[in-house]
Amino acid sequence: MKEEIKKILEIADSCNPEVRSKIDDQLVEEIYYNASKIVARSVRKKSEVIHHFELRLDQLLTSKYFGFPLMLLLLAGVFFITIKGANYPSQLLASGFFWFEDKLKFLFEILNAPYWLSGFLVDGVYRAIAWVVSVMFPPMAIFFPIFTILEDAGYLPRVAFNLDKLFKWAGAHGKQALTMGMGFGCNAAGVVSTRIIDSPRERLIAIITNNFVPCNGRWPLIIMLATIFVAASFPASVSSFVAAGTVVGVTLFGILITLLVSKFLSNTLLKGEPSAFKLELPPYRKPQVLRILYTSFIDRTLFVLGRAIAMAAPAGGLIWLLGNIYIDDRTLMSYGVEFLNPVGKAIGLDGAILLAYIIAIPANEIIIPTIIMIYSSQSKMIELEIAQLKELFIQNEWTVLTAICLMLFSLLHYPCSTTTWTIYKETKSVKWTIISNLLPLAIAFLICFVVYRIGMILM
Amino acid sequence: MFWKRREKNQQLVQIEILPKRKNKIIALAGNPNTGKSTIFNRLTGLKQHTGNWPGKTVKKAEGIFEIKDVEYTLIDLPGTYSLLSTSEDEEIARDFILFGNPDATVIVCDASVLERNLNLAFQIMQITNRCILCVNLIDEAERKGVEIDKETLEGELRIPVVLTNARSGEGIDELKEKIFLVSNRFLKLSPKKIQHKKEIQEKLNQLVPLIERAFPGLYASEWIALRLLEGDKKIRKAIELGNLLELINKGLNNGNGELK
Repeated sequence: MKEEIKKILEIADSCNPEVRSKIDDQLVEEIYYNASKIVARSVRKKSEVIHHFELRLDQLLTSKYFGFPLMLLLLAGVFFITIKGANYPSQLLASGFFWFEDKLKFLFEILNAPYWLSGFLVDGVYRAIAWVVSVMFPPMAIFFPIFTILEDAGYLPRVAFNLDKLFKWAGAHGKQALTMGMGFGCNAAGVVSTRIIDSPRERLIAIITNNFVPCNGRWPLIIMLATIFVAASFPASVSSFVAAGTVVGVTLFGILITLLVSKFLSNTLLKGEPSAFKLELPPYRKPQVLRILYTSFIDRTLFVLGRAIAMAAPAGGLIWLLGNIYIDDRTLMSYGVEFLNPVGKAIGLDGAILLAYIIAIPANEIIIPTIIMIYSSQSKMIELEIAQLKELFIQNEWTVLTAICLMLFSLLHYPCSTTTWTIYKETKSVKWTIISNLLPLAIAFLICFVVYRIGMILM
Repeated sequence: MFWKRREKNQQLVQIEILPKRKNKIIALAGNPNTGKSTIFNRLTGLKQHTGNWPGKTVKKAEGIFEIKDVEYTLIDLPGTYSLLSTSEDEEIARDFILFGNPDATVIVCDASVLERNLNLAFQIMQITNRCILCVNLIDEAERKGVEIDKETLEGELRIPVVLTNARSGEGIDELKEKIFLVSNRFLKLSPKKIQHKKEIQEKLNQLVPLIERAFPGLYASEWIALRLLEGDKKIRKAIELGNLLELINKGLNNGNGELK
């Protein structure tokens, strides 16, 4: 047995290096020779039908001058439809949920349930779920299908084509534009998709920077703050446009940070030249609308929502406990908020927001509901409508600057625990997993600090 | 750094083969963006997300479908241009075709760019006889004025050719029929093979019997020998460690066992 293996290796090694180096080339050459002969016999081009329309479209979408503006316009359009469309259903859902909350409370009263039980279950768990569903569900149900239609039609590779130059400048792989695109859906999926990048160096860059594009879990927060804070100071006729523009701005900022951090990494920790690659621009295909509606609803919307609810329920209970367990006449929550307040204030946020980020480490998507829960448990607000959210925030000293800092913090901070776990599984390295958490966190603190300082001077 | 470590223990990884392999295994291979996932969905009735960009499927997906009341297991492999180069996603496809011992391999091609797609088809035909060429997206090709002569193509390649439009379902029944015939060995195929240069062929003639004796049950022995000659580090390592055999045995124990 051993003998045979030795002999096999001997024969293999005795191969002339010149012959060896040509094996693959010769094989492929021979294959192409055969393929072209076969195709010549079996494939007929009836007429020279050139697809003027597709060609024109490609020239336009990937053109030097119009490529980028069209991309931005498309992106803005998607956000605009999402913001416009999600507004009313969100309010409807919220009022439905709170109507039912009253009934639940009533039921607990009839059953003579103890105060802590109805508090924990209704004010804690139920309310957190209600917020997650009404804040997240409508925008997701609109955003995902539209995004998937663009994907299905073949637009993503065109985006990669447009962004290729920028990534090359950053010393990263052009396909990173695609993995970044996946990150817009879910960062964990984006990290997995980096397998399409061959070079380990460039793949690591793509993994670490995937966090800088907002995922499903973070879109609703950005969209909501853009709507109720930034856009609200403009006349109603243009406010939706302003909101969409703000979301585009935040997205672009994320891409900018992606590029800068990629550049930084490829000049320091992960030195190297970008490798060449071939990107096929697939033909445009008519999206299968029904299938998209189905898959984006089942696979994405319900999946993400289900995960959010699963995370929000215990978090809601925890928040209620923190708000109702007293030590020396003060709740645990107020200790936590007070402790984190100086750090939060320094970067334009506050202690409650940071506490929410700590409670919501398992899932980014419940940040806003968690913040709402913390504030409302402090101020004992009983009924909440979407329209009154802004009131709640303003009561807690929020300004436009707070909203901007929070949007940036949400964009940058650190990957959620699912993504972190995925990063570990993909890199098999504790070191890189830690770096992909700490680097974004440091950047988030730095940028929020700077923006807050500048904002304070300007205002 | 993780890639350095990966280079150190560069060896082939056992692909998880189904725990109970009583079903026939059908592999779905093809270039990126040729509609493999759509074919997969058509056959299995599953609703795996398909996307119009190369590299959508990075892991292999599995599904079950029935022909004549018998269950078959379908494996959707990541799209790959070639079995020679190896990025991580392409490796999954290569390893499965080499060691997964599928009962039939469906090679999905884009009808509009058939010539380019035949590269992969020929490479797979070098490895396994039991393959079917599925020329997909014929509607798109027709719009572009491309017409494919199925019979001639079949005669040249000496494997079954099916023209499909997976989106509308056209040709899927015929594809199932061909899968049935090939995977049950009702059709004995001897696909067109590429001739190697004389010096390489001589080496291969020496190597193949040795490899087959050292690793009984290996059905891709000529391809393995070729990779070894070319200097593929992973294949070499697997031969040195002797775990090439283990990979196959694992597949064998779980399988219905009929090799060659």
